[in-house]
Amino acid sequence: MGTKVKETCTVISQECIGKDIYSMWLQTKTIAGNAKPGQFVSVYTQDGGKLLPRPISLCEIDKEKGALRLVYRVTGKHTGTEGFSRLGAGAQLDLLGPLGNGFPLEEAEGKKVFLMGGGIGVPPMLETMKQLHAQKMAVLGYRDELFLDKEFAKNGDVYIATEDGSAGTKGNVMDAIRENALEADVIFACGPKPMLRAIKAYALEKGIPCWISMEERMACGIGACLGCVCQSTEVDSHSHVHNKRVCKDGPVFLSTEVEL
Amino acid sequence: MSKMSVNLAGVTLKNPVMTASGTFGSGAEYSEFVDLNHLGAVVTKGVANVPWPGNPTPRVAETTGGMLNAIGLQNPGIDVFCERDIPFLLKYDTKIIVNVCGKTTEDYCEVVERLANEPVDMLEINVSCPNVKEGGIAFGQNPKALEAITKEVKKYAKQPVIMKLSPNVTDITEMARAAESGGADVVSLINTITGMKIDINRRTFALANKTGGMSGPAVKPVAVRMVYQVANAVKIPIIGMGGIASAEDALEFIMAGATAVSVGTANFINPYTTQEVVDGMEAFLEKQKVEDINQLIGCVK
Repeated sequence: MGTKVKETCTVISQECIGKDIYSMWLQTKTIAGNAKPGQFVSVYTQDGGKLLPRPISLCEIDKEKGALRLVYRVTGKHTGTEGFSRLGAGAQLDLLGPLGNGFPLEEAEGKKVFLMGGGIGVPPMLETMKQLHAQKMAVLGYRDELFLDKEFAKNGDVYIATEDGSAGTKGNVMDAIRENALEADVIFACGPKPMLRAIKAYALEKGIPCWISMEERMACGIGACLGCVCQSTEVDSHSHVHNKRVCKDGPVFLSTEVEL
Repeated sequence: MSKMSVNLAGVTLKNPVMTASGTFGSGAEYSEFVDLNHLGAVVTKGVANVPWPGNPTPRVAETTGGMLNAIGLQNPGIDVFCERDIPFLLKYDTKIIVNVCGKTTEDYCEVVERLANEPVDMLEINVSCPNVKEGGIAFGQNPKALEAITKEVKKYAKQPVIMKLSPNVTDITEMARAAESGGADVVSLINTITGMKIDINRRTFALANKTGGMSGPAVKPVAVRMVYQVANAVKIPIIGMGGIASAEDALEFIMAGATAVSVGTANFINPYTTQEVVDGMEAFLEKQKVEDINQLIGCVK
């Protein structure tokens, strides 16, 4: 038996921190104690009609208290995430985790590092930034409204890009890098595919290693069902085809390992 | 203790609970949650003669009380399976049932022949996957084709053969009879029901494959009905599946006529389900003072 468990957790607090963006702290028994930045948990709805767990990244890990912070987007009316957002302190929620591999912090120790997050890919970069000992630059991209940016600022330099130009650089995270003439030795990133594609191209051009966190529709969350595969550049040693499991082999991949 | 062991074509299972192919890999991932020694059998994900890449993503989508999948039988091929997955499963005191897929009759027979001298207990022939263009369901929707492939596979098989039936047919009893007359030792049912989900915001299909196989609690009444019908149509034993998430669900299938049951989609919802179904069935037998699970098989007439 491994470190992954399914357990019933208790909501410590729940807060709306932006339009449709919620922050929930959960008291766990063992999941937080075993968790690493860049990993995720499967969160189960309390609606018997909505069976599949929602994979949500870890925004913060408090090992001392055994608590986890999930920052997630409510994706619409009558969705599983809307159900989560209604839970107040004391409510119970089933979690499976910790899942996935997480960011390889040891690859970035002591170096100049971009921690890049876009949209709902911003939250996992916070714990990654907190645990990393390096020269840290968070480059965060938003559509318009900012969230978590002040918490990143406590852990290093922060550069912002907004699509509407309401804060920081007008444009995306790549525009923010160019406008601020930033340079790094290593990149850790999480966000939508077009953003990851641009970051991968930038890292290749600069010749620097880049780890990206991928997303895909999941079912089991533990590598059995093969629902959430991404294309790999080489034949994968487990699948023996050009496929890797986002939930088990990822969600964090070296950018050159995967096709985007 | 009530007797939980059942017999499938001469193979004795310590209890009737097994895994449904495609939901449990070859057991490695779920062995972190359940002790595979406690299961009647592990039914592996389908394996073909060569590696298959499967379908593009998205491959899964949620539906009310169920889900759709169109994985497309991604598998590493029989060579890797024999070198890696069989040795892993041999560490456990459970029966090994290998699900076999193929595009042509020759493909199926090649895998079956390759497995003839491997230490596996039974073969389940997947002629009912709705998510691949060639093979799969093409054999499972035509009784003549089903009987023919059953006969061919039986020529090469050293282990008892389970034919896995598709529910996407007009009359499942006709298919079960075709498998039986082709020489099948066991039938398993139901595979998934073909379905579709549309993403109205993106104006496209929720699955890249457009259609997928529906599974989960929502399909259970259809599955129980089909098991009941097949139990009344053939003499060979039945492995029942379709939406089993609890011991109570499993017992419905047993009482409808299944000798054994498979837990599939429920593994995704609760990775401990298989163990919980075994424990719950034992508790039910004790409580109801049933000495032997076999007394319940097909008890509802």
